[in-house]
Amino acid sequence: MYSEKVMDHFENPRNVGKLEDANAVGEVGNATCGDIMKIYMKIENGIIEDVSFKTFGCGAAIATSSMATELVKGKTVEEALQLTNKAVMEALDGLPPAKVHCSVLAEQAIHAALKDYSEKTGIDLGLPESVHEFDCASFHKSMNEENKK
Amino acid sequence: MERNDKMKTVYLDNNATTSIKPEVVEAMMPYLTDIWGNASSVFYEVGQKAEAELIKLRESVAKNIGAKNANEIYFTSSGCEADNWAIKGYAFANKRKGNHIITTKIEHHAILGTCEFLEKHGFNVTYLDVDEAGIVTPEAVEAAITDDTILISVMMANNEIGTIEPIKEIAEVAKKHKIAFHTDAVQAIGHVRVDVTDLGVDMLSISAHKFHGPKGVGMLYIKNGTRIDNLIHGGGQERGKRAATENLAGIAGLAKALDIAVSDIDKNMAHMQKMRDRLINGIRERIDYIKLNGPTDERRLCNNVNFSYEFVEGEAILMRLNMKGICASSGSACASGSLDPSHVLLAIGVPHEIAHGSIRFSVSEDTTEEEVDYVLETMPKIIDGLRAMSPMFEAFEEGKLESFTKKV
Ligand SMILES: Cc1ncc(COP(=O)(O)O)c(C=O)c1O
Repeated sequence: MYSEKVMDHFENPRNVGKLEDANAVGEVGNATCGDIMKIYMKIENGIIEDVSFKTFGCGAAIATSSMATELVKGKTVEEALQLTNKAVMEALDGLPPAKVHCSVLAEQAIHAALKDYSEKTGIDLGLPESVHEFDCASFHKSMNEENKK
Repeated sequence: MERNDKMKTVYLDNNATTSIKPEVVEAMMPYLTDIWGNASSVFYEVGQKAEAELIKLRESVAKNIGAKNANEIYFTSSGCEADNWAIKGYAFANKRKGNHIITTKIEHHAILGTCEFLEKHGFNVTYLDVDEAGIVTPEAVEAAITDDTILISVMMANNEIGTIEPIKEIAEVAKKHKIAFHTDAVQAIGHVRVDVTDLGVDMLSISAHKFHGPKGVGMLYIKNGTRIDNLIHGGGQERGKRAATENLAGIAGLAKALDIAVSDIDKNMAHMQKMRDRLINGIRERIDYIKLNGPTDERRLCNNVNFSYEFVEGEAILMRLNMKGICASSGSACASGSLDPSHVLLAIGVPHEIAHGSIRFSVSEDTTEEEVDYVLETMPKIIDGLRAMSPMFEAFEEGKLESFTKKV
């Protein structure tokens, strides 16, 4: 069901744990829906010097978090802002259709951490207001309706 | 942490399916080789032989579930088919009497999906609530009866949390009100004594693969005098009630597996209960912030263990267990392939958050103490490891989130 890359990132997650000297933190998802992702970043001079995650969720949620942190590590804030769920999925050699939302959550979690950075530093990253408003309840509802078709 | 191919598999998912016993395979073999005739083609010996065997097998199954007559035994392709047939067949055959059906919120999808289908075809269905152990009371059933009620269906034992329902008492209520009563006994066979006459049920479903028989064969007991429409139309098999050339090898497998399950039940129940309790007590001693889902007394199936582990998600636990060669199942949304956690856990009042973190271990008569101890050694490491990467556990430790379960 999962690609070898997903299994690898699930079995050996990269950058896992709390980053004690983080200066930006983002959290998305909720426990009711079964996934929460929290991203910690240490950003210096516009560069993501270090990044880590904590995730409550399924195998794909853990693997996408792990991959997302790998993809933004050492990048500039502007580069990290370009991260898409598609890029996370591609880097993992794909996800089963029911797990695509995990990659969306990973993208949102990265953006949420960057938003936190922008708010704390006053640096305008041109982020849209709704960046970390991933509405999982309505997402689930639309998925259920989709499944019923 | 990689899954090592030489690693032993510890199979603790016997509520999902069981391994087929060698004696069962042996009992099936003649019907795949020598006795290959069509039991309906009785004008020559090849067919007559098959017919004679089918009669014997039907009698054996009747005896083992306490049916008065072998002609009350109808073989089907599965437990799902038996459930579909019982509900749809009875509802359509009796719709002039009324259009109301009573069932429960914790039935298998074979029943729930069938009832939802019937709701689209003019029937009204009451889905009864259960208490926190998953019990449906006879009083609740009686209170739901209306003048239009024609059928009541309550499962004998629940597949997720192992609740054994008071079927005999509920059957009495149904009888008092002259309403037909069906029970899904798929999880009961081999784990609870099942006697249709003693229980007083009108219909009862079983499935061979849940008691060490083959997959793809089930049985519906239909008490004589119960009016039921066909689900499968066509030829005259099963006394015209279910078309399709009989799967003699499958039926022989079901009959043999049932025979063994019934003769060994006392010994098997005692062993399974011992393994179950070793797991339950061992997990409780080793892991904090957990909740046992389902009954804690004699109303629990002898082979079922279902805990919710706070702050972690079930599919991730399953995948970590698989890395250690342990097979189990989960009621989390992700593991079920749906987006909501198990309807059974929600029905017993488990909040979504901790329903996502549920794991079911189900033992069999073949489960050993060594296997249980291996799980007890492995499980705390898995839970600790996942909690260490859980933002919920972090929030809990920082005092920002409350635990649903008390520290045990
Ligand atoms: C309670 C219950 N009913 C029905 C079924 C369906 O049986 P089968 O797999 O033979 O269709 C199952 C098994 O999944 C079950 O646990």
